[in-house]
Amino acid sequence: MMTLTYKNILTETEEHIGIVRLNRPQVLNALSHELMDELVKALEEFDRDDNVRVIILTGSERAFAAGADIKEMADETTIGIMLKDRFATWDRIKNVKKPIVAAISGYCLGGGCELAMNCDIIVASETAQFGQPEINIGVIPGAGGTQRLTRVAGKYKAMEMILTGRPITAQEAHAMGLVNKIAPVELYLEEAKAIAREIAKKSPIAVRLAKEAVLKTFDTSITEGLQFERKNFYMLFSSEDQKEGMRAFMEKRPASFTGR
Amino acid sequence: MATPEHNATEGEHTTMAEENILLIESKGAVRVVTLNRPDKLNSFNDELTFKLQAALKEAEKDSSVRCLIITGAGRGFCAGQDLASRSISFEAGQRPCLGDSIRRRYNPLIIRIRRMEKPIIAAVNGVAAGAGASLAFACDFRIAADSASFIQSFTKVGLIPDSGSTFFLPRMVGITRALELMLTADKLEAREALTLGLVNNVVPQDQVMKAALAFAERLSLGPTKAFGLTKRAVNRAVFPDLEELLDYEASLQEIAGRSDDFEEGVKAFIEKRQPIYSGK
Repeated sequence: MMTLTYKNILTETEEHIGIVRLNRPQVLNALSHELMDELVKALEEFDRDDNVRVIILTGSERAFAAGADIKEMADETTIGIMLKDRFATWDRIKNVKKPIVAAISGYCLGGGCELAMNCDIIVASETAQFGQPEINIGVIPGAGGTQRLTRVAGKYKAMEMILTGRPITAQEAHAMGLVNKIAPVELYLEEAKAIAREIAKKSPIAVRLAKEAVLKTFDTSITEGLQFERKNFYMLFSSEDQKEGMRAFMEKRPASFTGR
Repeated sequence: MATPEHNATEGEHTTMAEENILLIESKGAVRVVTLNRPDKLNSFNDELTFKLQAALKEAEKDSSVRCLIITGAGRGFCAGQDLASRSISFEAGQRPCLGDSIRRRYNPLIIRIRRMEKPIIAAVNGVAAGAGASLAFACDFRIAADSASFIQSFTKVGLIPDSGSTFFLPRMVGITRALELMLTADKLEAREALTLGLVNNVVPQDQVMKAALAFAERLSLGPTKAFGLTKRAVNRAVFPDLEELLDYEASLQEIAGRSDDFEEGVKAFIEKRQPIYSGK
Protein backbone atom coordinates (compact mmCIF):
# COMPACT_ATOMS: atom_id res chain seq x y z
CA MET A 1 0.00 0.00 0.00
CA MET A 2 1.17 3.50 -0.84
CA THR A 3 1.75 5.48 2.31
CA LEU A 4 1.82 9.25 2.19
CA THR A 5 4.22 11.01 4.52
CA TYR A 6 2.64 13.26 7.06
CA LYS A 7 4.10 15.87 9.40
CA ASN A 8 1.42 16.07 12.05
CA ILE A 9 0.09 12.54 12.24
CA LEU A 10 1.39 8.98 12.17
CA THR A 11 -0.34 6.15 10.36
CA GLU A 12 0.06 2.41 10.48
CA THR A 13 -1.96 -0.70 9.75
CA GLU A 14 -2.32 -3.71 11.97
CA GLU A 15 -4.03 -6.55 10.14
CA HIS A 16 -7.36 -5.05 9.07
CA ILE A 17 -7.10 -2.00 11.29
CA GLY A 18 -5.82 1.35 10.09
CA ILE A 19 -4.49 3.51 12.91
CA VAL A 20 -4.17 7.28 12.75
CA ARG A 21 -2.29 8.91 15.61
CA LEU A 22 -2.38 12.68 16.07
CA ASN A 23 1.21 13.69 16.65
CA ARG A 24 1.88 17.27 17.68
CA PRO A 25 2.96 16.47 21.25
CA GLN A 26 4.48 19.88 21.92
CA VAL A 27 1.04 21.52 21.57
CA LEU A 28 -1.10 18.69 23.01
CA ASN A 29 -2.21 17.80 19.48
CA ALA A 30 -3.84 21.15 18.79
CA LEU A 31 -5.81 20.73 15.57
CA SER A 32 -4.06 23.02 13.12
CA HIS A 33 -5.37 23.36 9.56
CA GLU A 34 -2.41 21.37 8.34
CA LEU A 35 -3.08 18.58 10.84
CA MET A 36 -6.76 18.46 9.86
CA ASP A 37 -5.87 18.29 6.15
CA GLU A 38 -3.49 15.42 6.81
CA LEU A 39 -5.96 13.66 9.10
CA VAL A 40 -8.74 13.76 6.53
CA LYS A 41 -6.39 12.58 3.78
CA ALA A 42 -5.27 9.66 5.95
CA LEU A 43 -8.87 8.72 6.80
CA GLU A 44 -9.83 8.84 3.14
CA GLU A 45 -6.79 6.79 2.22
CA PHE A 46 -7.77 4.11 4.73
CA ASP A 47 -11.34 4.32 3.50
CA ARG A 48 -10.14 3.40 -0.01
CA ASP A 49 -7.73 0.68 1.20
CA ASP A 50 -9.43 -2.70 0.72
CA ASN A 51 -7.26 -4.28 3.38
CA VAL A 52 -8.49 -1.85 6.06
CA ARG A 53 -11.89 -2.62 7.61
CA VAL A 54 -11.89 -0.43 10.70
CA ILE A 55 -10.06 2.80 11.51
CA ILE A 56 -8.75 3.81 14.93
CA LEU A 57 -8.15 7.48 15.65
CA THR A 58 -5.98 8.22 18.67
CA GLY A 59 -3.63 10.77 20.20
CA SER A 60 -1.18 10.45 23.06
CA GLU A 61 -1.63 9.39 26.66
CA ARG A 62 -1.52 13.05 27.68
CA ALA A 63 -3.86 14.42 25.03
CA PHE A 64 -6.16 13.19 22.32
CA ALA A 65 -6.44 16.79 21.20
CA ALA A 66 -6.61 19.83 23.46
CA GLY A 67 -8.53 21.87 20.89
CA ALA A 68 -8.12 24.00 17.79
CA ASP A 69 -4.91 25.84 17.08
CA ILE A 70 -5.86 29.18 18.65
CA LYS A 71 -2.78 30.98 17.29
CA GLU A 72 -3.95 30.28 13.75
CA MET A 73 -7.31 31.92 14.24
CA ALA A 74 -6.72 34.66 16.81
CA ASP A 75 -6.48 37.37 14.12
CA GLU A 76 -9.15 36.07 11.74
CA THR A 77 -11.95 38.28 10.42
CA THR A 78 -15.51 37.15 9.76
CA ILE A 79 -15.10 37.26 5.99
CA GLY A 80 -11.61 35.82 6.12
CA ILE A 81 -12.57 32.80 8.20
CA MET A 82 -15.72 32.25 6.15
CA LEU A 83 -13.90 32.33 2.81
CA LYS A 84 -11.23 29.93 4.03
CA ASP A 85 -14.07 27.56 4.94
CA ARG A 86 -11.82 25.34 7.02
CA PHE A 87 -14.73 23.35 8.39
CA ALA A 88 -15.27 21.92 4.89
CA THR A 89 -12.36 19.62 5.76
CA TRP A 90 -14.28 18.43 8.81
CA ASP A 91 -17.35 17.68 6.70
CA ARG A 92 -15.32 15.11 4.80
CA ILE A 93 -14.86 13.03 7.98
CA LYS A 94 -18.61 12.49 7.96
CA ASN A 95 -18.29 10.83 4.57
CA VAL A 96 -15.82 8.17 5.67
CA LYS A 97 -17.68 4.90 5.20
CA LYS A 98 -15.63 2.65 7.46
CA PRO A 99 -16.24 2.72 11.21
CA ILE A 100 -13.89 4.96 13.17
CA VAL A 101 -13.07 3.98 16.75
CA ALA A 102 -11.68 6.85 18.84
CA ALA A 103 -9.14 5.86 21.50
CA ILE A 104 -8.94 8.80 23.85
CA SER A 105 -6.71 9.67 26.78
CA GLY A 106 -6.01 12.96 28.52
CA TYR A 107 -7.37 16.20 27.10
CA CYS A 108 -10.23 15.88 24.66
CA LEU A 109 -11.35 19.47 24.49
CA GLY A 110 -13.01 21.83 22.04
CA GLY A 111 -12.17 20.69 18.52
CA GLY A 112 -10.75 17.52 20.09
CA CYS A 113 -14.13 16.69 21.61
CA GLU A 114 -15.85 17.54 18.32
CA LEU A 115 -13.42 15.29 16.48
CA ALA A 116 -14.18 12.47 18.92
CA MET A 117 -17.89 12.95 18.27
CA ASN A 118 -17.19 12.48 14.54
CA CYS A 119 -16.08 8.97 15.39
CA ASP A 120 -18.43 6.00 15.71
CA ILE A 121 -17.24 4.40 18.93
CA ILE A 122 -15.35 6.06 21.76
CA VAL A 123 -12.99 4.22 24.12
CA ALA A 124 -11.53 6.42 26.86
CA SER A 125 -8.77 6.04 29.40
CA GLU A 126 -9.58 6.74 33.05
CA THR A 127 -7.65 9.98 32.71
CA ALA A 128 -9.60 11.35 29.74
CA GLN A 129 -11.47 14.60 30.13
CA PHE A 130 -14.02 15.93 27.70
CA GLY A 131 -15.13 19.51 27.29
CA GLN A 132 -16.21 22.35 25.05
CA PRO A 133 -14.31 25.28 26.58
CA GLU A 134 -14.72 27.67 23.61
CA ILE A 135 -16.95 29.95 25.70
CA ASN A 136 -13.90 30.79 27.83
CA ILE A 137 -12.20 32.48 24.88
CA GLY A 138 -15.26 34.32 23.63
CA VAL A 139 -16.48 31.96 20.93
CA ILE A 140 -18.60 28.82 20.65
CA PRO A 141 -17.94 25.33 19.30
CA GLY A 142 -17.65 25.59 15.51
CA ALA A 143 -17.06 22.05 14.34
CA GLY A 144 -20.34 20.51 15.40
CA GLY A 145 -20.15 20.66 19.21
CA THR A 146 -23.49 22.39 19.77
CA GLN A 147 -25.26 19.91 17.51
CA ARG A 148 -23.53 16.62 18.20
CA LEU A 149 -23.07 16.98 21.96
CA THR A 150 -26.74 17.88 22.32
CA ARG A 151 -27.78 14.79 20.40
CA VAL A 152 -25.57 12.62 22.57
CA ALA A 153 -26.06 14.14 26.00
CA GLY A 154 -29.39 15.93 25.68
CA LYS A 155 -30.14 19.63 25.95
CA TYR A 156 -29.34 20.22 29.60
CA LYS A 157 -25.98 18.47 29.86
CA ALA A 158 -24.90 19.98 26.55
CA MET A 159 -25.95 23.46 27.67
CA GLU A 160 -24.04 23.09 30.91
CA MET A 161 -20.85 21.97 29.20
CA ILE A 162 -21.05 24.53 26.41
CA LEU A 163 -22.13 27.50 28.56
CA THR A 164 -19.76 26.90 31.48
CA GLY A 165 -16.90 25.47 29.45
CA ARG A 166 -16.19 23.11 32.32
CA PRO A 167 -14.72 19.73 31.35
CA ILE A 168 -16.12 16.40 32.53
CA THR A 169 -14.32 13.23 33.55
CA ALA A 170 -14.26 9.99 31.59
CA GLN A 171 -16.67 8.54 34.17
CA GLU A 172 -19.15 11.38 33.67
CA ALA A 173 -18.81 11.09 29.91
CA HIS A 174 -19.47 7.38 30.21
CA ALA A 175 -22.55 7.99 32.33
CA MET A 176 -23.98 10.39 29.73
CA GLY A 177 -23.37 8.01 26.85
CA LEU A 178 -20.47 9.87 25.25
CA VAL A 179 -18.05 7.03 25.99
CA ASN A 180 -18.54 3.34 25.18
CA LYS A 181 -15.90 1.97 27.45
CA ILE A 182 -13.43 3.20 30.05
CA ALA A 183 -10.10 1.40 30.39
CA PRO A 184 -7.00 1.92 32.55
CA VAL A 185 -4.68 4.41 30.89
CA GLU A 186 -2.16 1.68 30.01
CA LEU A 187 -4.80 -0.27 28.09
CA TYR A 188 -7.20 2.13 26.38
CA LEU A 189 -5.59 1.66 22.96
CA GLU A 190 -5.65 -2.13 23.41
CA GLU A 191 -9.35 -1.95 24.25
CA ALA A 192 -10.01 0.14 21.17
CA LYS A 193 -8.10 -2.40 19.08
CA ALA A 194 -10.10 -5.25 20.62
CA ILE A 195 -13.36 -3.58 19.59
CA ALA A 196 -11.93 -2.76 16.15
CA ARG A 197 -10.80 -6.38 15.66
CA GLU A 198 -14.26 -7.61 16.61
CA ILE A 199 -15.90 -5.35 14.04
CA ALA A 200 -13.26 -6.24 11.44
CA LYS A 201 -14.46 -9.86 11.59
CA LYS A 202 -17.92 -8.91 10.35
CA SER A 203 -18.98 -8.45 6.78
CA PRO A 204 -17.42 -5.14 5.68
CA ILE A 205 -20.36 -4.39 3.39
CA ALA A 206 -22.87 -5.02 6.19
CA VAL A 207 -20.78 -2.87 8.57
CA ARG A 208 -20.73 -0.09 5.99
CA LEU A 209 -24.49 -0.12 5.44
CA ALA A 210 -25.13 -0.42 9.18
CA LYS A 211 -22.98 2.65 9.94
CA GLU A 212 -24.73 4.55 7.17
CA ALA A 213 -28.16 3.62 8.53
CA VAL A 214 -27.30 4.54 12.14
CA LEU A 215 -25.92 7.92 11.08
CA LYS A 216 -29.06 8.52 9.00
CA THR A 217 -31.01 8.89 12.23
CA PHE A 218 -29.30 12.23 12.95
CA ASP A 219 -30.44 13.59 9.64
CA THR A 220 -33.98 12.44 9.08
CA SER A 221 -37.46 11.66 10.38
CA ILE A 222 -38.24 8.23 11.82
CA THR A 223 -40.35 7.30 8.78
CA GLU A 224 -37.61 8.15 6.32
CA GLY A 225 -35.03 6.55 8.58
CA LEU A 226 -36.96 3.30 8.69
CA GLN A 227 -37.31 3.35 4.91
CA PHE A 228 -33.60 3.91 4.59
CA GLU A 229 -32.78 1.08 6.97
CA ARG A 230 -35.08 -1.28 5.08
CA LYS A 231 -33.50 -0.45 1.73
CA ASN A 232 -30.03 -1.10 3.13
CA PHE A 233 -31.32 -4.36 4.62
CA TYR A 234 -32.75 -5.46 1.26
CA MET A 235 -29.59 -4.36 -0.54
CA LEU A 236 -27.46 -6.75 1.51
CA PHE A 237 -29.31 -9.69 -0.02
CA SER A 238 -27.32 -9.09 -3.19
CA SER A 239 -24.06 -9.63 -1.32
CA GLU A 240 -22.05 -12.84 -1.10
CA ASP A 241 -21.53 -12.09 2.58
CA GLN A 242 -25.25 -12.40 3.26
CA LYS A 243 -25.33 -15.81 1.59
CA GLU A 244 -22.19 -16.92 3.43
CA GLY A 245 -23.35 -15.50 6.79
CA MET A 246 -26.74 -17.17 6.75
CA ARG A 247 -25.36 -20.45 5.39
CA ALA A 248 -22.67 -20.52 8.07
CA PHE A 249 -25.31 -19.83 10.72
CA MET A 250 -27.40 -22.78 9.58
CA GLU A 251 -24.36 -25.01 9.27
CA LYS A 252 -23.29 -23.94 12.78
CA ARG A 253 -19.83 -22.78 11.70
CA PRO A 254 -18.13 -19.38 11.79
CA ALA A 255 -18.69 -17.28 8.69
CA SER A 256 -15.89 -16.08 6.51
CA PHE A 257 -16.71 -12.67 5.08
CA THR A 258 -15.04 -11.15 2.05
CA GLY A 259 -16.80 -7.83 1.66
CA ARG A 260 -18.43 -8.78 -1.60
CA MET B 1 13.60 36.93 55.30
CA ALA B 2 13.72 39.50 58.12
CA THR B 3 10.19 40.85 57.92
CA PRO B 4 8.89 41.44 61.44
CA GLU B 5 5.73 39.63 62.49
CA HIS B 6 3.65 42.78 62.62
CA ASN B 7 0.23 41.18 62.47
CA ALA B 8 0.21 38.00 64.44
CA THR B 9 -3.56 37.47 64.40
CA GLU B 10 -3.86 37.08 60.63
CA GLY B 11 -2.40 33.83 59.44
CA GLU B 12 -1.57 34.92 55.91
CA HIS B 13 0.48 37.79 57.20
CA THR B 14 2.37 35.83 59.82
CA THR B 15 3.41 33.28 57.22
CA MET B 16 5.18 35.99 55.28
CA ALA B 17 7.75 35.88 58.02
CA GLU B 18 7.95 32.11 58.14
CA GLU B 19 10.62 30.51 56.07
CA ASN B 20 10.47 26.95 54.81
CA ILE B 21 6.94 26.37 55.95
CA LEU B 22 7.25 23.03 54.13
CA LEU B 23 10.49 21.03 54.15
CA ILE B 24 11.14 18.67 51.26
CA GLU B 25 14.02 16.24 51.22
CA SER B 26 14.97 13.11 49.33
CA LYS B 27 16.53 10.10 50.99
CA GLY B 28 17.30 7.72 48.18
CA ALA B 29 13.98 6.95 46.50
CA VAL B 30 12.04 8.20 49.54
CA ARG B 31 10.67 11.74 49.52
CA VAL B 32 10.07 13.20 52.97
CA VAL B 33 7.68 16.13 53.18
CA THR B 34 7.60 17.88 56.57
CA LEU B 35 4.94 20.38 57.58
CA ASN B 36 6.96 23.05 59.33
CA ARG B 37 4.93 25.47 61.39
CA PRO B 38 5.85 23.89 64.73
CA ASP B 39 4.69 26.87 66.83
CA LYS B 40 1.20 26.43 65.29
CA LEU B 41 1.21 22.62 65.52
CA ASN B 42 1.68 22.69 61.73
CA SER B 43 -1.87 23.89 61.18
CA PHE B 44 -2.85 24.74 57.61
CA ASN B 45 -2.88 28.26 56.35
CA ASP B 46 -3.21 28.97 52.63
CA GLU B 47 0.52 29.00 52.03
CA LEU B 48 1.14 25.63 53.64
CA THR B 49 -1.83 24.07 51.87
CA PHE B 50 -0.76 25.20 48.42
CA LYS B 51 2.89 24.38 49.03
CA LEU B 52 1.91 20.87 50.09
CA GLN B 53 -0.26 20.53 46.97
CA ALA B 54 2.70 21.57 44.80
CA ALA B 55 5.16 19.31 46.63
CA LEU B 56 2.92 16.27 46.17
CA LYS B 57 2.38 17.05 42.49
CA GLU B 58 6.13 17.33 42.01
CA ALA B 59 6.78 14.05 43.86
CA GLU B 60 4.14 12.32 41.75
CA LYS B 61 5.83 13.43 38.51
CA ASP B 62 9.36 12.64 39.67
CA SER B 63 9.97 9.03 38.68
CA SER B 64 12.95 8.79 41.04
CA VAL B 65 10.51 9.14 43.96
CA ARG B 66 9.09 5.70 44.79
CA CYS B 67 7.66 6.26 48.26
CA LEU B 68 6.62 9.29 50.30
CA ILE B 69 6.51 10.20 53.97
CA ILE B 70 4.40 13.06 55.24
CA THR B 71 5.24 14.22 58.76
CA GLY B 72 5.21 17.30 60.98
CA ALA B 73 7.96 19.28 62.66
CA GLY B 74 7.98 19.64 66.42
CA ARG B 75 5.48 18.05 68.76
CA GLY B 76 2.43 18.01 66.46
CA PHE B 77 1.64 16.26 63.17
CA CYS B 78 -0.95 18.74 61.94
CA ALA B 79 -3.65 20.59 63.84
CA GLY B 80 -5.84 21.06 60.75
CA GLN B 81 -7.18 24.41 59.66
CA ASP B 82 -5.54 27.39 61.34
CA LEU B 83 -8.61 29.04 62.82
CA ALA B 84 -6.71 32.30 63.20
CA SER B 85 -6.02 32.34 59.47
CA ARG B 86 -7.78 34.96 57.42
CA SER B 87 -9.77 32.53 55.29
CA ILE B 88 -11.98 31.63 58.27
CA SER B 89 -12.61 35.07 59.79
CA PHE B 90 -16.12 36.51 60.07
CA GLU B 91 -16.04 39.98 58.61
CA ALA B 92 -18.89 42.44 59.19
CA GLY B 93 -21.59 39.81 59.55
CA GLN B 94 -20.43 37.83 56.51
CA ARG B 95 -20.23 34.06 56.71
CA PRO B 96 -17.22 32.34 55.18
CA CYS B 97 -17.70 30.16 52.08
CA LEU B 98 -16.21 26.99 53.51
CA GLY B 99 -17.36 24.78 50.63
CA ASP B 100 -15.30 26.60 48.02
CA SER B 101 -12.37 26.92 50.37
CA ILE B 102 -12.32 23.16 50.95
CA ARG B 103 -12.72 22.42 47.25
CA ARG B 104 -9.76 24.64 46.44
CA ARG B 105 -7.48 23.84 49.35
CA TYR B 106 -8.09 20.42 50.87
CA ASN B 107 -9.91 18.25 48.35
CA PRO B 108 -7.13 18.47 45.73
CA LEU B 109 -4.66 17.35 48.41
CA ILE B 110 -6.73 14.34 49.40
CA ILE B 111 -7.40 13.37 45.77
CA ARG B 112 -3.69 13.65 44.95
CA ILE B 113 -2.71 11.43 47.90
CA ARG B 114 -5.27 8.75 47.04
CA ARG B 115 -4.65 8.80 43.28
CA MET B 116 -0.86 8.97 43.40
CA GLU B 117 0.39 5.52 42.47
CA LYS B 118 3.17 5.49 45.05
CA PRO B 119 2.93 4.37 48.67
CA ILE B 120 2.46 7.30 51.05
CA ILE B 121 3.20 6.97 54.77
CA ALA B 122 1.98 9.39 57.40
CA ALA B 123 4.60 9.55 60.15
CA VAL B 124 2.24 10.83 62.82
CA ASN B 125 4.68 12.38 65.27
CA GLY B 126 2.08 14.08 67.43
CA VAL B 127 -1.47 15.35 67.46
CA ALA B 128 -3.40 15.02 64.18
CA ALA B 129 -6.54 17.11 64.48
CA GLY B 130 -9.29 18.17 62.08
CA ALA B 131 -8.04 18.26 58.50
CA GLY B 132 -4.71 17.12 59.92
CA ALA B 133 -6.36 13.85 60.94
CA SER B 134 -7.99 13.62 57.51
CA LEU B 135 -4.56 14.11 55.93
CA ALA B 136 -3.20 11.18 57.95
CA PHE B 137 -6.26 9.02 57.08
CA ALA B 138 -5.85 9.73 53.35
CA CYS B 139 -2.34 8.28 53.39
CA ASP B 140 -1.78 4.57 52.77
CA PHE B 141 -0.07 3.90 56.09
CA ARG B 142 0.06 5.55 59.49
CA ILE B 143 3.02 5.04 61.78
CA ALA B 144 2.28 6.85 65.02
CA ALA B 145 4.36 8.02 67.96
CA ASP B 146 3.12 6.73 71.31
CA SER B 147 2.46 10.39 72.15
CA ALA B 148 0.39 10.93 69.00
CA SER B 149 -3.36 11.33 68.97
CA PHE B 150 -6.20 11.82 66.53
CA ILE B 151 -8.95 14.34 67.15
CA GLN B 152 -11.98 14.87 64.96
CA SER B 153 -12.09 18.41 66.27
CA PHE B 154 -14.48 19.75 63.62
CA THR B 155 -17.66 19.42 65.65
CA LYS B 156 -16.05 21.30 68.53
CA VAL B 157 -16.62 24.49 66.54
CA GLY B 158 -19.90 23.45 64.90
CA LEU B 159 -18.46 22.04 61.68
CA ILE B 160 -18.57 18.59 60.08
CA PRO B 161 -15.48 16.45 59.54
CA ASP B 162 -14.10 17.30 56.11
CA SER B 163 -11.24 16.49 53.76
CA GLY B 164 -12.45 12.93 53.55
CA SER B 165 -12.86 12.10 57.24
CA THR B 166 -16.58 11.37 56.88
CA PHE B 167 -15.81 8.42 54.62
CA PHE B 168 -12.26 7.46 55.55
CA LEU B 169 -13.05 6.97 59.22
CA PRO B 170 -16.22 4.83 58.95
CA ARG B 171 -14.52 2.60 56.38
CA MET B 172 -11.47 2.20 58.60
CA VAL B 173 -13.02 1.73 62.05
CA GLY B 174 -16.72 1.06 61.35
CA ILE B 175 -19.67 3.40 61.64
CA THR B 176 -20.16 3.04 65.40
CA ARG B 177 -16.73 4.11 66.52
CA ALA B 178 -16.45 6.61 63.64
CA LEU B 179 -19.57 8.48 64.67
CA GLU B 180 -18.47 8.40 68.29
CA LEU B 181 -15.13 9.93 67.37
CA MET B 182 -16.70 12.48 65.07
CA LEU B 183 -19.56 13.62 67.30
CA THR B 184 -17.65 13.67 70.60
CA ALA B 185 -14.45 15.11 69.12
CA ASP B 186 -12.71 13.21 71.90
CA LYS B 187 -9.02 12.57 71.63
CA LEU B 188 -8.05 9.11 70.36
CA GLU B 189 -4.67 8.09 71.71
CA ALA B 190 -2.21 6.28 69.45
CA ARG B 191 -2.48 2.97 71.38
CA GLU B 192 -6.25 2.96 71.03
CA ALA B 193 -5.96 3.90 67.36
CA LEU B 194 -3.79 0.84 66.92
CA THR B 195 -6.47 -1.37 68.51
CA LEU B 196 -9.04 0.10 66.13
CA GLY B 197 -6.83 -0.65 63.13
CA LEU B 198 -6.49 3.03 62.35
CA VAL B 199 -2.70 2.99 62.51
CA ASN B 200 -0.24 0.37 61.35
CA ASN B 201 2.24 0.71 64.14
CA VAL B 202 2.95 2.66 67.31
CA VAL B 203 6.54 3.43 68.28
CA PRO B 204 8.24 5.59 70.92
CA GLN B 205 8.13 9.29 70.08
CA ASP B 206 11.80 9.52 69.14
CA GLN B 207 11.57 6.50 66.86
CA VAL B 208 8.79 7.66 64.52
CA MET B 209 10.91 8.95 61.69
CA LYS B 210 13.32 6.07 62.00
CA ALA B 211 10.46 3.55 61.77
CA ALA B 212 8.78 5.43 58.93
CA LEU B 213 12.03 5.69 56.99
CA ALA B 214 12.81 2.00 57.43
CA PHE B 215 9.34 1.05 56.18
CA ALA B 216 9.52 3.61 53.34
CA GLU B 217 12.89 2.30 52.25
CA ARG B 218 11.57 -1.24 52.16
CA LEU B 219 8.58 -0.16 50.09
CA SER B 220 10.73 1.94 47.77
CA LEU B 221 12.81 -1.12 46.93
CA GLY B 222 9.71 -3.14 46.10
CA PRO B 223 7.80 -3.53 42.82
CA THR B 224 6.39 -0.02 43.05
CA LYS B 225 4.56 -0.37 39.71
CA ALA B 226 2.55 -3.25 41.18
CA PHE B 227 2.11 -1.25 44.42
CA GLY B 228 0.68 1.61 42.39
CA LEU B 229 -1.71 -0.67 40.51
CA THR B 230 -2.75 -2.29 43.81
CA LYS B 231 -3.55 1.16 45.17
CA ARG B 232 -5.54 1.94 42.01
CA ALA B 233 -7.56 -1.28 42.43
CA VAL B 234 -8.17 -0.63 46.15
CA ASN B 235 -9.26 2.92 45.39
CA ARG B 236 -11.71 1.58 42.84
CA ALA B 237 -13.03 -0.99 45.33
CA VAL B 238 -13.28 1.26 48.38
CA PHE B 239 -13.52 4.85 47.08
CA PRO B 240 -14.86 4.57 43.51
CA ASP B 241 -16.59 7.92 43.89
CA LEU B 242 -13.88 9.74 45.83
CA GLU B 243 -14.22 13.07 44.03
CA GLU B 244 -17.98 13.11 44.39
CA LEU B 245 -17.85 12.20 48.09
CA LEU B 246 -15.37 15.00 48.76
CA ASP B 247 -17.48 17.43 46.81
CA TYR B 248 -20.62 16.47 48.72
CA GLU B 249 -18.79 16.74 52.03
CA ALA B 250 -17.68 20.24 51.01
CA SER B 251 -21.30 21.17 50.26
CA LEU B 252 -22.40 20.01 53.71
CA GLN B 253 -19.51 21.95 55.27
CA GLU B 254 -20.76 25.00 53.38
CA ILE B 255 -24.09 24.58 55.18
CA ALA B 256 -22.40 24.08 58.54
CA GLY B 257 -20.23 27.13 57.86
CA ARG B 258 -23.34 29.30 57.57
CA SER B 259 -24.72 28.13 60.90
CA ASP B 260 -25.00 30.17 64.07
CA ASP B 261 -23.28 27.33 65.86
CA PHE B 262 -20.13 27.70 63.78
CA GLU B 263 -19.97 31.43 64.42
CA GLU B 264 -20.43 30.79 68.13
CA GLY B 265 -17.89 27.95 68.03
CA VAL B 266 -15.18 30.10 66.50
CA LYS B 267 -15.95 33.02 68.83
CA ALA B 268 -15.77 30.80 71.89
CA PHE B 269 -12.53 29.28 70.61
CA ILE B 270 -10.91 32.65 70.14
CA GLU B 271 -12.30 33.96 73.47
CA LYS B 272 -11.15 30.73 75.13
CA ARG B 273 -14.53 29.96 76.68
CA GLN B 274 -17.16 27.21 76.43
CA PRO B 275 -19.44 27.68 73.41
CA ILE B 276 -23.19 27.96 73.90
CA TYR B 277 -24.78 26.15 70.96
CA SER B 278 -28.37 26.64 69.80
CA GLY B 279 -28.49 23.87 67.19
CA LYS B 280 -29.10 26.42 64.46
